[in-house]
Amino acid sequence: MSRPTMARPIMAPWPLVMLAAPLLPFATLDGTALYLPQIPAAFALFALTVATILARRLPGSALGEALLLLAGVAAAYAAPLALLHQGYGLAQAGGLWVYLAGATLLLWRVLALLAGVAGPARLAGPALFGLALVMLWEILTRGFQVPAILLPPPSAVLTALSANAADLWDDFRQTVLISVLRGYLIGCGAGFLVAILADRLPFLARGLLPLGNLASAVPVVGIAPIMVMWFGFDWQSKAAVIVVMTVFPMLINTLAGLQSAERIQLDLMRSYGAGYWRTLAMLRLPCALPFLFNGLKINSTLALIGAIVAEFFGTPVVGMGFRISTQVARMNLDVVWATIAVAALTGSLLYGALALAERRVTAWHPSFRKR
Amino acid sequence: MPAAQPAPLTLVQPAADPAPRTIVDIHNLTLTYQAADHPVYALSDVSLSIAKGDFISLIGPSGCGKTTLMRVVADLEQPTSGAVTVNGMTPEQARLKRAYGYVFQAPALYPWRTVERNVTLPLEIMGLAKTERQQRAREQLERVGLSGFERKFPWQLSGGMQQRVSIARALAFDPDLLLMDEPFGALDEITRDHLNLQLTRLWLSTRKTCIFVTHSIAEAVFLSTRIVVMSPRPGRILDVIDCDRELPRERTLDIRESPEFQRIAHRVREGLMEGHSYDD
Repeated sequence: MSRPTMARPIMAPWPLVMLAAPLLPFATLDGTALYLPQIPAAFALFALTVATILARRLPGSALGEALLLLAGVAAAYAAPLALLHQGYGLAQAGGLWVYLAGATLLLWRVLALLAGVAGPARLAGPALFGLALVMLWEILTRGFQVPAILLPPPSAVLTALSANAADLWDDFRQTVLISVLRGYLIGCGAGFLVAILADRLPFLARGLLPLGNLASAVPVVGIAPIMVMWFGFDWQSKAAVIVVMTVFPMLINTLAGLQSAERIQLDLMRSYGAGYWRTLAMLRLPCALPFLFNGLKINSTLALIGAIVAEFFGTPVVGMGFRISTQVARMNLDVVWATIAVAALTGSLLYGALALAERRVTAWHPSFRKR
Repeated sequence: MPAAQPAPLTLVQPAADPAPRTIVDIHNLTLTYQAADHPVYALSDVSLSIAKGDFISLIGPSGCGKTTLMRVVADLEQPTSGAVTVNGMTPEQARLKRAYGYVFQAPALYPWRTVERNVTLPLEIMGLAKTERQQRAREQLERVGLSGFERKFPWQLSGGMQQRVSIARALAFDPDLLLMDEPFGALDEITRDHLNLQLTRLWLSTRKTCIFVTHSIAEAVFLSTRIVVMSPRPGRILDVIDCDRELPRERTLDIRESPEFQRIAHRVREGLMEGHSYDD
């Protein structure tokens, strides 16, 4: 928590590289290089950015300065998009790129200021950072006319996303809500139960652990076609691949977690005459919770990868893996990217939900506890 | 034991009651375990009888088997030979009947449970009703001076407070026997003095039989009715010192300045010196 009257650090000089922008061509139109004063709209935006830098000391707080400078950054990011919209060429526009580079360095200061601010504004930092990355991707791919086959701009991905929303929803339902969820629950559940069994019967643990190492070394592209042959095209084969991938991480994490209770805590249970199951429920499982969550988090990403890869080897004509493989063949890379975006978002949300649940359930653990 | 002087109206009358109810009886106990390359003689031919209401301190250098001896009584360790009875039962039967409360070197509190739910842990295992559990937890926490901390988590408490919670937990199910394994060993001197005073009051008010393992001569003399001095490798009993005849049962910290206290402390120290081997 920072104090409200904290002195703001002085600004590093790097954003001032943008002052070189007027010296270089700012855009091209029909083969002629144009300079900044020749494009009034661009000149206005540039002036706005420079003005915010000059006026940065006027607001009374760090948050105020961050918002002011953010306006300058936004102007710089808007400039290339506006020029592209009006049909200017940007590939040789050195001045514009210098302006953009300076503005990006200015964003750095905005993020640094926001990181020191108390309250919800802190959370804006990471969001702004992500937004800036997407914006730069958009500006660079369009400005340098990168072929859409290589890397489509985010706007094209977004367009593909909305144009194919129905298909993508069906894919999401087939891959995530059916295959991944079932495979994940079966895999993690089986890993957990086998771990309890192996804990009761130590010879089982000794036999299973080398097998676990072997299973985690099996390549998913090797096991997936076999599972499709065994269990058919529908979700069962995907779930089987996921189970193969997730059962051993869960098993190993659960076993490690069950070993994590301290000797003295176990002696205490013994001194109360508590038996195996009671000790398990009241001591060893709570101790194992951080390990269980670790396994669940690792498996949440593994399960998604497993399902998508498995769908390459046979599926009813729906599913994220199916979509990627068919759209790559048709050179519809924007749809592929849209599917990738959905998968990445799903994976992050799953992981985030588990991390939040972990934070709630194991709030007592040294890594989360607050006094 | 010498013939008792006619000493009327004292709290303890060892001679008048020649066989006070024995609560722990240890007979020719030997415990050997196999280390990596050689056998370790942890306990050798230890015999000791502890009467109801006694406060026994086991004192000796590290590795003299005092903790092991107590763990045998608690059925946390199996003897190689010899016999132990607790309340007339084998240690295992006594453990399953929850005849003793054990206070470990570390508080051993479960960090996911609040202070109150740590104290009620043994009561939950015994299957007591929730209101009864909470009632008892309140009583015991009050007894160790921790009223108002029920909703806190163990890691929000200081080391001394945590150890007091673990004592409250051991008292919660009202065992006859309290086994304490250097419970204050990790605490600073001032906290330790304070807890010693609390413990001696607690013992007077509850009349529980206590076995207390310690490194500290002052602590042993201050708390005990009898002090058992032990020697290392093989662990055996060198001396059993009766403090009860020279020191009153009700003690304050000032007693440590008294000549009687010093005389007993001196005898304990001599016993320890005698048994100490300098070859390790």
